[in-house]
Amino acid sequence: MTASFIGNTLIKSITLKLKPLMDIATNSPSLITTTISPRLAKNLRRDIKGRVIEFILMLAALSAVFTTFAIVAILLYESFGFFKTVSLVEFFTGKEWTPLFEDAHYGIMPLVAGTLTTSMVALAVAVPIGTIGAIYLSEFASHKTREITKPILELLVGVPTIAFGYFALLFVTPLLQKIYPDLPGFNMLSAGLVMGVMIVPYIASVAEDAMRAVPMSMREGSYAMGATRFQTALRVVTPAATSGIVAAYILAISRAVGETMVVAVAAGQQPNLTFNPTEGAATITAYIVQVAMGDLPHASIGYQSIFAAGLVLFAMTLGFNIIGHIVRKKYREQY
Amino acid sequence: MQASTTPAKASVLSNLNAVRTMIRRHKRNDIIFASIGLIALMLALLTLVTLFVDLVLDGYPKFNLTFFSDFPSRRAGSAGLLSAWVGSLLVMIVTFLTAVPMGVAAGLYLEEYAPKNWFSDLIEINVSNLAGVPSIIYGLLALGLFVYGLDLGQSILTAGLTLGLLILPIVIVSTREAVRGIPVAIREAAYAVGATKWQVVSDHVVKYSQGGILTGVIIGMSRAIGETAPIITIGALTFIAFLPPSPITDVAPYLNFEWLSASFTVLPIQMFNWLSRPEHAFHINAAATGAIIILVTLLMNGTAIWLRYKIRKNIKW
Repeated sequence: MTASFIGNTLIKSITLKLKPLMDIATNSPSLITTTISPRLAKNLRRDIKGRVIEFILMLAALSAVFTTFAIVAILLYESFGFFKTVSLVEFFTGKEWTPLFEDAHYGIMPLVAGTLTTSMVALAVAVPIGTIGAIYLSEFASHKTREITKPILELLVGVPTIAFGYFALLFVTPLLQKIYPDLPGFNMLSAGLVMGVMIVPYIASVAEDAMRAVPMSMREGSYAMGATRFQTALRVVTPAATSGIVAAYILAISRAVGETMVVAVAAGQQPNLTFNPTEGAATITAYIVQVAMGDLPHASIGYQSIFAAGLVLFAMTLGFNIIGHIVRKKYREQY
Repeated sequence: MQASTTPAKASVLSNLNAVRTMIRRHKRNDIIFASIGLIALMLALLTLVTLFVDLVLDGYPKFNLTFFSDFPSRRAGSAGLLSAWVGSLLVMIVTFLTAVPMGVAAGLYLEEYAPKNWFSDLIEINVSNLAGVPSIIYGLLALGLFVYGLDLGQSILTAGLTLGLLILPIVIVSTREAVRGIPVAIREAAYAVGATKWQVVSDHVVKYSQGGILTGVIIGMSRAIGETAPIITIGALTFIAFLPPSPITDVAPYLNFEWLSASFTVLPIQMFNWLSRPEHAFHINAAATGAIIILVTLLMNGTAIWLRYKIRKNIKW
């Protein structure tokens, strides 16, 4: 009461004192500049400067939106040219992909099959290893072990994929050929295996985040019932973190589908409609690389075909990313 | 009496033994799983070590100074990396100048300025979406937009801008995380002595989050150095046996921007080029290049991780 009373009287007295000044200001503008201007002018300058800066910062932030729209626009625009010559039915149902041959066929299925096969091999490696690693990091590892292990995983993420391509082609493939002598030099198996190791850190870190978000009280409840660490991890923490773990898998699929250099180097460049990982086959990304390496004239059908392939790739990864985020957000258990 | 207690005692004892064996079994399971977990994680480390050792052993004959001062050549023995490492350096300059100002500005806007409305949500969704877009798609964007749309050609400028866009989400996210770590009290103190919003942001928020931002920038740049797919996609896989014009000249104004539009090659492209040849001699060059790229990226990432560790240790608000 008293505070507001004092406040009101203060405001009143200030207004009263300012009144003559304000009258002068409204009657003769020239007086503003001479009497109260330096301060006001400075404030005005600051205000304008602040707004300009905010606008510039906003433009920078908008570049993210611009990039997304540019990607979609470019892919759609060039694909539109492609689909003028090629029917959608042929594109999605054709079993041959030979856009650069005399006898051209435009069925995307072989490339999609190659992409899915390498991704599945990669997941077969990364899902078990990544999940076990995540459980270990979150439930078993001491603070010190975690402090050492996590940076190493991060370093592994930072290794350029072209180096993994070399590794797959000239180290893993010869090794596998000792076990299966019939394995061709370019095969999806070794590319997939190496890609799997590449995405282990990714699954491990996302799944570990989900597990560590499970409240301590649930673990304590489980321990209090006499459960061991292993039982707690398997029966309490993992079920509680399922949504996060599944999201990690889905995001990993998206990563595997978009991976380029390992498959371009080691899986071969021949479109091949097969799900057998011991054969060589081109993926969508490998096809784009292969075409871009040659010198294709702008606006030719071959040039447009890499944008159509890119559009399919973009749609696949975007779909997986969206599903992954929805799973993580929507089905997150609330405790 | 004796007869009735003995069986009971025995059953208690046998139960106790059963419980004990169960506990022992469970503890053993714990240890078994812990070792499996450690092995699973070590597998990642083992791969990294094997990969690096393999590259170093394969590329060993090429580790000498002439490898860095020779141009690529048709003959594997005399082929070198000169145009590739110069190209990488110049592309990185463009990438740095694009991604860092834009990424930091965008991060500051989203953390400090953006109102909570659909517009800010739109920007945020786009940033997190862009982080998941495969790098080769950025290559297609660059091919359609920069190479043909804006007619920049297959130049250093195109490559730098492409990689700049590619690492933009990394810089934005790390800037936001660094800025978020600064307590509100710091901002309030600055406001209390009459600072404007921009003064608060530029003199305090940015200053105190420099380390965190730098960490993100280093990680982003190391990603850009090793990135191959987008640069192949813009069509830069060519035989380059010359250097771009020097950025610094001896006549005023001492700066020359012709290099921006020069054609180029970079380290990972040169490696891919050698790797895709059938002759084994070129694979040796590829291995040596790969070892160098990995060394550079490991050093950069290591610095970033060390920096982050130090910041976390030293700064207690």
